[in-house]
Amino acid sequence: MTTEQVNADVESSRLRTQPRERPPRSTLSRHRKRDRSQARPPLRTVENPLARGLGWFGIGLGLIEVMAPRGLARAIGIYNHRALLRVFGLREIASGLGILSQPRPVGWMWGRVGGDAMDLAVLALALASSRSRRGRVAAATAAVAGVAVLDVLCSRQLSEQTGMIDESRAIRTHKSMTISRSPEELYRAWRDFDNLPRWMSHLESVRMIGENRSHWIAKGPAGAPVEWDAELTEDRPNEYIAWRSIGGSDVDHAGSVRFERAPAGRGTEVHVDLAYRPAGGMTGAAVAKLFGRAPDQQIQEDLRRFKQTMEAGEAPTTRGQPRGA
Amino acid sequence: MKALCWYGTHDVRVETVPDPTILNPRDAVVKITSTAICGSDLHLYDGYIPTMQRGDILGHENMGEVVEVGKEVKNLRPGDRVVVPFTIACGRCFFCKRKESSLCDNSNPNAWMAEKLYGFSPAGLFGYSHMMGGYAGGQAEYLRVPFADVGPIKVPKEIPDDKVLFLSDIFPTGYMAAEQCHITEGDTVAVWGCGPVGLFAMKSAYLLGAARVIAIDRFPERLRMAREHAGAQTINYEEQDLSEALMEMTGGRGPDACIDAVGMEAHTTGVINVYDKVKQAMMLETDRPQALREAILHCRKGGTVSVPGVYGGYIDKFPMGAAMNKGLTIKTGQTFMKKYMDPLLGRIQNNEIDPSFLITHHMRLEDAPHGYDIFRNKQDDCIKVVLKP
Repeated sequence: MTTEQVNADVESSRLRTQPRERPPRSTLSRHRKRDRSQARPPLRTVENPLARGLGWFGIGLGLIEVMAPRGLARAIGIYNHRALLRVFGLREIASGLGILSQPRPVGWMWGRVGGDAMDLAVLALALASSRSRRGRVAAATAAVAGVAVLDVLCSRQLSEQTGMIDESRAIRTHKSMTISRSPEELYRAWRDFDNLPRWMSHLESVRMIGENRSHWIAKGPAGAPVEWDAELTEDRPNEYIAWRSIGGSDVDHAGSVRFERAPAGRGTEVHVDLAYRPAGGMTGAAVAKLFGRAPDQQIQEDLRRFKQTMEAGEAPTTRGQPRGA
Repeated sequence: MKALCWYGTHDVRVETVPDPTILNPRDAVVKITSTAICGSDLHLYDGYIPTMQRGDILGHENMGEVVEVGKEVKNLRPGDRVVVPFTIACGRCFFCKRKESSLCDNSNPNAWMAEKLYGFSPAGLFGYSHMMGGYAGGQAEYLRVPFADVGPIKVPKEIPDDKVLFLSDIFPTGYMAAEQCHITEGDTVAVWGCGPVGLFAMKSAYLLGAARVIAIDRFPERLRMAREHAGAQTINYEEQDLSEALMEMTGGRGPDACIDAVGMEAHTTGVINVYDKVKQAMMLETDRPQALREAILHCRKGGTVSVPGVYGGYIDKFPMGAAMNKGLTIKTGQTFMKKYMDPLLGRIQNNEIDPSFLITHHMRLEDAPHGYDIFRNKQDDCIKVVLKP
């Protein structure tokens, strides 16, 4: 396995496991409330209420189509197409279950739109057929068209939320690590913001420019530095530090670190939250490039470097060691 | 300096490379006086360990003389004679404080790679793939030793290299394998594999009070060494039926503890050997675990299976049903070097054991590729090669 392959692996697994979501306007309010049980709520069923309604509607309609195709055919005025209605019924049930079983069932919702097109095509044929009762068929067509509009609306909503249409460019991570030092020592090291570039590899420098203000310079894409000012928004000694960028910066950045004493002298659990989103003149792509291809991984490495620095006094390296050509 | 570099499967060469330098404050540079080829180096040589790169310097059984120390290394000074453990450990993390130095949190610069495969990263190792840190090994004239204030132990000048060199890996590894068996009076311990680790496991089992050791292999010279140097009864599984022989020797109960000192490239007879080789070649399993399967199947009920043999990834047909229903304890791990090196040096100084019995070949560093070849192919009765740079 080459490093590139491992990299690609890391990248693809990140994409698989991380639902893309827009971070809230301010991540800070969430930091304050966050406790362990809230850290990452498992997402199991569909969140969008419209999608949920359409999912259940599809299952209901599908059951009627499968179990009472003859009655349904009569009701909508088409000549007895029992086999076809049963197949359509199974399709409705399958997509209904698909929608209900996923938090953001974009594919299943667009599948419903396709199904609506099939329904409308069959109804159009029936309208043209002399054996159908045209009044009833027309009413059924209107009903299907109504549902189709809802399906399209809902699909587009979901697509936007999941970034299929509008790619969300924000970066937001939460990482935890246990470090064999006291909360006091760790807090002291972190509270001195000048230290941050020692373990946060995307930072060039951080300089205090006032009691609660600091000036940050990050290594931007193509070597061009990205700069912003940040203010301390919360500071509870030995427990919690939070900061965020001040309006007018190129990047909207918020971060926090929480120090929790681990049981029985096992050191300190350190929980770090970081969020970056484009603002001002900066494009989303440029924000993404601050962290390379795997921001989640990079921030994990940053926190690991903090641990190594605090525990071992140095970060291990092989850079500069000999090797064969 | 000259160093043995890996260039691919069955392709190792002695090349001229730059001398190592101090890179971190807790580093030292050691001038190598003796370095051995380990059985686990053959897994690299055979191309079974992932994340190797062309030009990597091999070698993790090293000793020599300190020539330079970083500014944070206070306990060593140039001129000290040291044995260097194959695991690299910071000495200060949760695991190091428990003396589980092979589980160190802070010594693998490529921890993320190991985390992908194993969930968490073990300690960095010398010369053992980039996933394990990518550290240059010591089959070379000089070696950079990270966290040198923690790992290396000083050894007195009057003991020759050959007696203490194996404190760097295989003696502690065999000893830990035996200690993990929790040997009690009257115990029979069966050891799969009569290579260096297996032989040290046998001798250690006796040191720890075993009544009898049974050695399993197929190479006559290795079985002879097990009989003559480790006092073992032997089974050549190509000449005898292994199960019948073990049942006969243990009165039908099975060994109290079984040690797999073979690892991921096990050989066996018959269909299962072909099965594992095909699956490994097709990347359907990374390791051939037949010794482990046999150890689990033959271990007595409630016994212990100890695994010093190296495994890299995934295995197939693991007899978990036997392990669970017989109530077995399975113990494994890279060696906790920090825990064993000092006490075992004591045992050598007390003449309880002389590890040099193992050495069949001394060579110059320049001849290392030949050493790999004969060790790999079990030619010239090769059991252990020691290189003198």
